[in-house]
Amino acid sequence: MTAVNADIWILAEQSQGIIQRVTFELITRGLKLSAKRNCKLCVMLFGHGISDQDLQDLIDRGANKIVYLEHTDLKDFLIEPFSDAMCGIISQYNPEVILAGATTTGRTLMPYVAIKVNTGLTADCTSLDIEPETGNLIQTRPAIGGNIMASILTPEHRPQMATVRPRSTSSAENNGPRIGEIIKTSPEKLTSSRLTLVKFSPFEDKINISDADIVVTVGRGIKKKENLSIIYDLAETLNAAIGATREVVDRDWLSYSHQVGLSGHTISPKLYIGIGLSGSIQHIAGMQTSEKIIAINNDPDAQIFKLADYGIVGDLFEIVPLLTQKLRDGAKL
Amino acid sequence: MRIILPIKQVPETRKVRMDEKTGTVIREGVESIINPLDLYSIEFALKIKEHIKCEIIGISMGPEKAEVALKEAIAMGIDSARLISDRAFAGSDTWATSYVLYKAIQKIGNVDLVICGERATDGDTGQVGPGIAAFMDIPVVTYVSSLNNICPEYCTIDRTIEHGHETLKTEFPAVLTVVKEIGEPRLPTLKGKIQVKNTVIPHWNLNDLGIEANKVGLKGSPTRVMKIFRPQVTRECKLLYADDEPKMESTVNRLAKSIRDMELF
Ligand SMILES: Cc1cc2nc3c(=O)[nH]c(=O)nc-3n(C[C@H](O)[C@H](O)[C@H](O)COP(=O)(O)OP(=O)(O)OC[C@H]3O[C@@H](n4cnc5c(N)ncnc54)[C@H](O)[C@@H]3O)c2cc1C
Ligand SMILES: Nc1ncnc2c1ncn2[C@@H]1O[C@H](COP(=O)(O)O)[C@@H](O)[C@H]1O
Repeated sequence: MTAVNADIWILAEQSQGIIQRVTFELITRGLKLSAKRNCKLCVMLFGHGISDQDLQDLIDRGANKIVYLEHTDLKDFLIEPFSDAMCGIISQYNPEVILAGATTTGRTLMPYVAIKVNTGLTADCTSLDIEPETGNLIQTRPAIGGNIMASILTPEHRPQMATVRPRSTSSAENNGPRIGEIIKTSPEKLTSSRLTLVKFSPFEDKINISDADIVVTVGRGIKKKENLSIIYDLAETLNAAIGATREVVDRDWLSYSHQVGLSGHTISPKLYIGIGLSGSIQHIAGMQTSEKIIAINNDPDAQIFKLADYGIVGDLFEIVPLLTQKLRDGAKL
Repeated sequence: MRIILPIKQVPETRKVRMDEKTGTVIREGVESIINPLDLYSIEFALKIKEHIKCEIIGISMGPEKAEVALKEAIAMGIDSARLISDRAFAGSDTWATSYVLYKAIQKIGNVDLVICGERATDGDTGQVGPGIAAFMDIPVVTYVSSLNNICPEYCTIDRTIEHGHETLKTEFPAVLTVVKEIGEPRLPTLKGKIQVKNTVIPHWNLNDLGIEANKVGLKGSPTRVMKIFRPQVTRECKLLYADDEPKMESTVNRLAKSIRDMELF
C-alpha cells in the first residue's frame, strides 16, 4: 500500500507534571487502531516541565511520535489555552482520529474543540475499532444507563473524536528502548485565559476511586455511619479506595466524592467489591465495566448478583470482618 | 445580570426503549421528567439569585410537551422560559443541539452565565455545555460543586476533579456545568405555581432562530448511530452461601483466596 493514511492521535494527560495512567491506556487503544489502519500513532501533550525521560517513556510504550507543547499557561488545565493548543495540532497535522480519556479534562476539552473544528465527538467509549479501508472509527459506548450499547460513526467529518472510559483497557507497557520522533515546542502566544486557577486542594483520601485497582463500595445495608469502620478496615487491608451508593451519600455517611453511578463517578477497577447494596440501574451504570465483581448481600435475589463473578449470600456484619481477618492472616504467611 | 438555564426533558431512565433501526430513543408512552441533573443547575441559579440581582431564563429544546419541564422550573422559582421546538430538530446529536441552544441564547442576548447540568441521563454525554461555550467563544467550567463569590463581572467557584477541588475565577460571560454537590434542589413553591399560571412560554422554531435546516437534525449531526445492541452478559455468578455458621468459614476462606490470587495488593 503506497497511500499514506492520516494518523491516529491521542491526548496525553498530565496532572502536576505527572503523566496520568489513562495516557498509557490510550496508547494501547491507539496501537490497535494504527496497526489496523497502517498509520502512525502520535501523542499530543500539553504541559510544563515534563522531563525528556517521560517523553521517551511514551515512545517506549509504543508511540511513533510525540508533540509536546510546553508553556506555563499549559501547566494546569484551563479551557482556552488548551483548546488553542489542540486546535493548533489539528490544523498542523490533520489527524484522522483523536482519542482522549473520558476524564474531567477530556470531557471538557474534547467537546469544546469538536465544535471549534466542526466535527463529531463520541463520549465515554468502552470499545473502539477502525475500518482499514475508510478509516472510519467505530465508537461503541453504553447508552441509557448501560441498558444498551450503541456503535457510532462520524462518517464525513475529520478528525473523528472520542473520549474513552478510563480503565476500560490495560496500560501499554514499557518494553525497553524504541525509536520515535519527539517534537518539543513552546508556543509563543496562546489565547489569554478569561479563567484563572486560584487554588487546588487535593483530596485527603489517599486513594482516588477513579484510579484505584480495587474499590470497596458500600450501600445502605451498612445501616449507619458508625458501622463504616468494618469497611475502612477491609479497604485498608486491600489498599482499596472506598465507593458508595447514593443512599449512603444522601445520608451523609460518606461524601459525594465517593458516589459511584449515574450521578456520581464512573469506575472500572480491576476488582469491585459491593457490600450491602442492591445493584440499582443507576448504580450499575457507574461500575459495570469493572474487571472482576464481588457482591456481598443477604438477599439471594439482589440485582447486583446478576452482574457479579462471585456473589456471597449472607450478613455483611459477619462476613466483612471475617474476610478482613482472613486477608490479613494470609498476608502474613 | 442574566442567567440562562438549558433544561432538558428526559424519559424516566428505567423505562426507556430504543428504536432499533434509527438508534434514537422512543419517547412515546414513557413518562418524562426534568433531567435530574438539571435540578441542580436550577438550584444553583436560584442560590445565585439570593446573592445578586438577576434574571433567570430557562430554555429547552424538545417536543411541545417539554413545556412541562419548563413550567416545573418556573414553579421552582426561575423567572421565565422559552421552548425551542421544531420537527427539524429531531435526531440532533450534541453538535446540533449545542448549536440550536447557542442560537436561542444569542436571540435572548445580554447573557452573563449559562448553567447546564453535568450531563443528561438519556444522552449521557455531558457535551452540550462545553459545546455551547465553544459556539459562544467563552470559557467553560465543568463539574462545578459550589459558589464562593459572585459580582456582576466575575465569580469564583469550586470544581471537583479526580484528585481534589479546584478553585477558579471566571470572567463573564461563561458557561458552567454543575454536579450534585451544589445542594439539594428546592421544591416548587405555591407562589411559583401561581406564577406558572400567569406565564406564557414563547415557542421558537427553526425560522425564529434563523437556523438553516441542514445544520440541525440528522443532517446537521456529524455523528451517526450505526447500530445498537444489548450488551452481552459475560459474567456467570457463582453464588456462595455464608448464611450459617459452618458455611461461613469455608465460604469466606474461598473468597479470601480468590481475592489473594488476583495479586492486586
Ligand atoms: C436520577 C437518579 C440518579 C441516581 N444516581 C445514582 C448514583 O449515581 N449512584 C447510586 O448508587 N444510586 C443512584 N440513584 C439511586 C438508585 O436508584 C438507588 O436508590 C441506590 O443505588 C440504592 O442504593 P443501595 O443499593 O445502597 O440501597 P438499597 O437499594 O436499599 O440496597 C441495600 C441492600 O443492602 C442489603 N442488605 C441490607 N442489610 C444487609 C446485611 N446485613 N448484610 C448484607 N446485605 C444487606 C439489602 O438486601 C439490599 O439489597 C439514582 C437514582 C435516580 C432516580
Ligand atoms: N435538548 C436540550 N434542551 C435544553 N438543554 C439541554 C438539551 N440537551 C442538553 N442540554 C443541557 O446540557 C446538559 C448536558 O447534556 P448532555 O450533553 O446531553 O449530557 C444538560 O444537563 C442540559 O443542561
